[in-house]
Amino acid sequence: MYLEIITPDKIVYEGEVEYVQLPGSEGSFGILKNHAPIIASLGKGELNFTDIKNQKQTMNINGGVVEVLNNKISVLAEQIL
Amino acid sequence: MPNLKEVRNRITSVNSTSQITSAMKMVSAAKLRRAQDAITQLRPYASKLKDVLENVTATMESSSGSIYAEKRAENNILIVPITSNRGLCGAFNANVIKLTNRLIREDYSGKNISIFPVGKKANDFFKKSNLTLFKENGEANILFDKLTFENVAPFAEEVMAAFANKQFDKVVLVYNRFKNAAVQLPTAEQLLPVEQAENTDVSSTEYIYEPNKEFIVNELIPKSLKIQFYKALLDSHAAEHGARMTAMHKATDNAKELLRTLRISYNKARQAAITNEILEIVGGANALKG
Repeated sequence: MYLEIITPDKIVYEGEVEYVQLPGSEGSFGILKNHAPIIASLGKGELNFTDIKNQKQTMNINGGVVEVLNNKISVLAEQIL
Repeated sequence: MPNLKEVRNRITSVNSTSQITSAMKMVSAAKLRRAQDAITQLRPYASKLKDVLENVTATMESSSGSIYAEKRAENNILIVPITSNRGLCGAFNANVIKLTNRLIREDYSGKNISIFPVGKKANDFFKKSNLTLFKENGEANILFDKLTFENVAPFAEEVMAAFANKQFDKVVLVYNRFKNAAVQLPTAEQLLPVEQAENTDVSSTEYIYEPNKEFIVNELIPKSLKIQFYKALLDSHAAEHGARMTAMHKATDNAKELLRTLRISYNKARQAAITNEILEIVGGANALKG
């Protein structure tokens, strides 16, 4: 599935991933392949994802929103800390 | 006949002026590229945010409930003219000020108008007018030194808070929209209250909303307002450099044209002086012979 992380200043990450863990405003949650469409608000916290080469990456975001539709995850973060 | 020395001095001064203007043109061209990149990079975020907001509001009966969408009688109006800090960019700032004045005179005459000037030029101009200034000491001028979302957001928040407190009933942005390097479109755009676009095609996908729709709408609307404010500033910033580039290009062309006519008159004067000298020598020689 495809992940893009966008902030107002630039596109931070674009690429295929296996797994994404997001800091939802009501608690952290993970997204795997074929997840149902969801729009969720994000709080301040850590965003982890594993790309297809099994490399783990971590970013700190301070709030935003995520949309998941047809195996495409769009994270609109306000800022990457 | 113009004095040789005078013409020579003018040629040197015009020459150095044209060097300055062409250097400024180069600088603006480089800055324009950067400013343009900044807008291009904001676009994916802005359009995605709009998509998500539309997806959410399309399945809701009304977007009411958000304090930023509340329509009131328009008595207190806040106008935000966005100009540059520096001059030498043609009619760029004059256009914004002209459009603002027209809005005050025609569209909102008789209303209680406040001005939130952004940029030194608007600040200088509206300080002299008898209108109320929302922030008078030009704090917003520093925005152009480092135009990032983090720096802009607090100003947008302040405007939004003033609207929520019913200090203003309507907020209008006046700025130069960047079309291309040579064309800037002075635009007046309503920031608050939020106008909901009529969305006719109801999206077929059923989303899960986390925690719930209302929460997401209430979070997204302020975000998109801040983005709209930020985008206006970026637009104006790119337009400024475009305007300056064009203005400096014209100035350089004019200087070259002036230089050409000055050279002609210099050469004419020089030729006339030589002819005079020869005449004098020939005349002297003839006098000796005779």
